[in-house]
This record gives sequence, structure tokens and C-alpha cells, in this order.
Amino acid sequence: MALRLAAWLTIAITVGIVIALIIPSLEFFAQVSIRDFLFGTRWAPRFADASFGVIPLITATFWTTAIALITAVPLGLGSAVLLSEYAHPRLRQVLKPILEILAGVPTVVYGLFALAFVQGTVLRDWLHLPTGSFSVLAAGLVMGVMIVPTVASLSEDAMSAVPNSMRQGSAALGANRMQTSLRVVFPAALSGIVAAIVLGVSRAVGETMIVAIAAGGQARIVTGALEQGQTMTGFIANAALGDSRVGSIEYNTLFAVGLLLFTITLLINFISIRFVRRFREAY
Amino acid sequence: MSAQPSPEVTTHQEVTPPHEPQEVHFEPAHPTRDDQLPDTPDAVMACKNVDVRYGDFRAVTGVNLIFGYNEITALIGPSGCGKSTLLRSLNRMNDLILGARVTGEVTLHGQDIYARGIDPIEVRRRIGMVFQKPNPFPKSIYDNVAYGPRVIGMKPSNMDDLVEEALTQAALWTEVKDKLKQSAFGLSGGQQQRLCIARTIAVRPEVILMDEPCSALDPIATGRIEDLMEELRQVYAIVIVTHNMQQAARVADRTAFFTALAAEGTGDRTGMLVEYDKTTKIFENPSDKRTEDYISGRFG
Repeated sequence: MALRLAAWLTIAITVGIVIALIIPSLEFFAQVSIRDFLFGTRWAPRFADASFGVIPLITATFWTTAIALITAVPLGLGSAVLLSEYAHPRLRQVLKPILEILAGVPTVVYGLFALAFVQGTVLRDWLHLPTGSFSVLAAGLVMGVMIVPTVASLSEDAMSAVPNSMRQGSAALGANRMQTSLRVVFPAALSGIVAAIVLGVSRAVGETMIVAIAAGGQARIVTGALEQGQTMTGFIANAALGDSRVGSIEYNTLFAVGLLLFTITLLINFISIRFVRRFREAY
Repeated sequence: MSAQPSPEVTTHQEVTPPHEPQEVHFEPAHPTRDDQLPDTPDAVMACKNVDVRYGDFRAVTGVNLIFGYNEITALIGPSGCGKSTLLRSLNRMNDLILGARVTGEVTLHGQDIYARGIDPIEVRRRIGMVFQKPNPFPKSIYDNVAYGPRVIGMKPSNMDDLVEEALTQAALWTEVKDKLKQSAFGLSGGQQQRLCIARTIAVRPEVILMDEPCSALDPIATGRIEDLMEELRQVYAIVIVTHNMQQAARVADRTAFFTALAAEGTGDRTGMLVEYDKTTKIFENPSDKRTEDYISGRFG
């Protein structure tokens, strides 16, 4: 009984969140057309001549997410292959907890690290890159480090689940360890690895604190990694802290962006589930 | 999505020696051939005083064996007698197990495969292995066979021909020629095992080791694999570990009987070779009492 209640409550809360997103969004779309919202290129909800084109926010989210993935996928998969295929059990016992500590660092700490160290010290002082106080590069890089443990840990689980008989079969044909890892274990674990990467993408798209602190606050279309930019989550975090009156169009804007964010992550998850089903191997 | 394993795979056909004493009837595999078999094998591989240890545990000790060209050698004996362990030391598969150590000499054409400077990868290429449970890769049938040649950098003039040849030799070609691009997981257990044999043949080894290759197969699939071994013997030396004495009697030219003895002091049991001879001799007129007891089902 209690279990059933717990399950239903979870569903009820999810539905509640969706409804809470949809109702203010409907009010928003009563005033701004969906076309202007989705395809407009100027985001200025608080200006006198307000404009609600969400493209600038999307470009910033795209840049930070892409940079995060470019960082996290090679690092995460590399660590996973190392842990699952190469590491001596003792090394693994040390490495895995360290990796999981990375996942436990509060995102606000990552945000400060991105702003002060990566942006301020590394990119500007050391590398002398032409960049301001903020950049999507710094936010993306640190976000990538943040999701490495997610990608590594889940991929490692998927690779460890590949039966040893396959590794032995490969070794018995004269394959070396790298060939076995890349050509047998990796494809066999592909569905789990894709799931790990998708979870990483979802986290990157939805990550708020790092981008709110380090990516910047001006909503402009981002065309390069060294530019600053405001992501969808960054906008929500900033605007929600402001003094928008309940029911005002600014207030409703938050929910419209939230709904878009929700739809995007839902879509990513949906595609990944299809993909995972398609490639799942039963041993 | 891959198919469920067919029921064939799950049929466990391992024949453990019966506890009731009983007469084992068998037909020697090659009654005419037996006379042609030289008294000592023309060695392609040999073990000299081989011990295999896992950490402090001595799994098998003091093995001296010679495996002949174009012969099938069966390793038989009760569970825990070290026959699979010994088999795995013949192509350095034990290297993959932490703490495993082989002492003594295992030679291929007189060359110690454990000598310094010998690449275990090269050893495994020349001495192939077929496992107890069919273990095809999650790839197409074609790619399963082509995998070995690809990873070792063979450059066949025509990979398609090589794949066809290997599948033909493994008596699988006619069954799969129209579905080479389909997943190997769609095959039955017996077909998967023949695919694994084809995969092994494709890299042109000199010796094929088989670790209870039929224990997960039904009698019909087992029969096909045994026929296949008969064919393969024309080209390769085969060493097979089997729990099934009738199988050893049916296919093997020579048979080595192992048993496990409790070591002094500890409760560990260490495997050792009891007797090695022509199969007819082992089954009809063994020299050692323990062999006779095992063969006739009084022990094991």
C-alpha cells in the first residue's frame, strides 16, 4: 500500500510539474506567438521594446553542451576502458572512488572554479586568449569535467557487464587488449555507453549553476567558444532571482523557457531510448 | 534486437561418469587408423614437466605430454583434475588470469612458448581455441569470421573467399551463406559453436584446442561437431578436453587421463596425469588401476 502510494505520488508530482510549466506558458503564448518565440533572434524580455526570440539562449546552451561533451566523452570513455579493461583490481579500487568524488562536488564550486581559475587564470592570464570575464568555453570545459564521472561510471558498468568469454574468444584469435576493448567489448557495450553519454547530455543541457556563474549574462547569439552567452538555464536562474511580478509576461517567460528545456531533454531521452533498444545485445 | 538463445543452447548434455559401475561400450573411432598411428606421436606440441599454479594453489603438476600432427588428443578425468587448466596453458590463455603461473616447458615445434621474447599474441594466433560455451561476438556472421584475420593484420587477397572457406571447413557455409550479414546471435547453439570453430580456422592456426566444445549442445549438434573434428584432423592437430568419455572414445586418437590428488597437509587437490596412450589402449586395456576405475565408472 505504502509502496503503491510512493509510486503514484512520484507520477502525480511529475504531472504536477508539467502542469505548472504549461499553464503560465499558455498565458505567455497568448501574448507572444510560438513562431516569434522559437525563431526570433533577439532575446530582450525586460526591455521596453521587449523581444522574445529564444535562439540566443539556445545557441549558448548548444555551445556549452557541445564543449562539455567534447571534454567529457573522450575523458569518460577513456577512463571507462582503463577501469574495465586494463586496471589491476587494486588500481581500480583507488580510481573509482576518486572519480565518484568528482561527481560529488557541488556545482556552485565548479562554477566558481570555472569563473576564477579556468576563465580568469588559464584562458586569459596564461593563454592570453581574447576573451572577457565570461565565456561559454570555460563553462563548457568545467561542465565537461563535472559529467566525466557520469559517463565513465555508467560506461564502465556497461563494459564490465560484457561477458569475459567474449574477451577470451577475442584473445584466443590473437587480438591484443586494445583490439579486444575497441572491437569487441566496446560494440557489445554500445547501448550502455550511449545511455551514459545521453545522461551526460541531459545533465549538461540542464546544468544551471556553472553556466549562470561562468558563461555570462547577456543573451546574444553565440558564434564562438570565447564569447559570453546566456543559456536557457542561466536565464531562468537570473530572472527567477529578479523581481518579476507574478503573472507578468516576464514571469511567464520563465515558464516558457522551462517548458522548452523540458521538451528538449525529453526528446533527447526519447531518442536515446529508441537507440538503446535498437542496439541492445543479449548475451 | 537479438534473438533469444534457442532451447538447444540450454540443453546441458554433459555426461558425468555414472556412479553405478557399468560397462562403457564404445566403438573405436578409427579401427583401421589405429594401426597406422605411430607408437609415439609425431610432436607438434609437447609439455615437459608442466606445473600450473594460481597464486599458491598448484592446479596441475608434472605433466609430460606429446601432441601429434593430424591427431586428436583427448584430455579426460574427473572435475578438478586440471585438464582445462592445462589446456589453457597450451596457448597462454592463463596469462589473462591474475596470479596464474606456468612452469616447465610447453613447446610448439620444439620452441618454448613461454620463453622470454615470445609474444603470447603470436602464440594464440598459431594455437586456436574453442570454448565450452559458444561465444560469438555481437557482430554479423561474416564479421565474426573476418575478425581474427583483421586483428592480426592478415591481408587476404579476398576476404570473402577466406570467410567462405572457413565457414565451409566448419560445415556451416550452406546454412548461413544467405544470411552472412545477420547477427551471429540469431544462430542456434550448435551453429554458433561451428561459427566459433570457423572463426578459429580463419586465422589458419596449427593446433586447435577445444575446451568441452559440446557440453552446451544437444546430441545432434554434438554429432556434427564430432564429424567436423574428424575432418579438421586432416589439417590440424586437435586437443580436446571432454567430460564425456564416449566422446573421447569416439573421436580421439590418443587419450590422456588425469586425476586429482589431495596434497599433503592442505585440503587442496592437485591435478596430475595418470596415463597417456592410444585411445583404444586406454579404454580397453589401461595400465593404471585408476584409469580403469574411472573408465568403468567405479570412481569419479
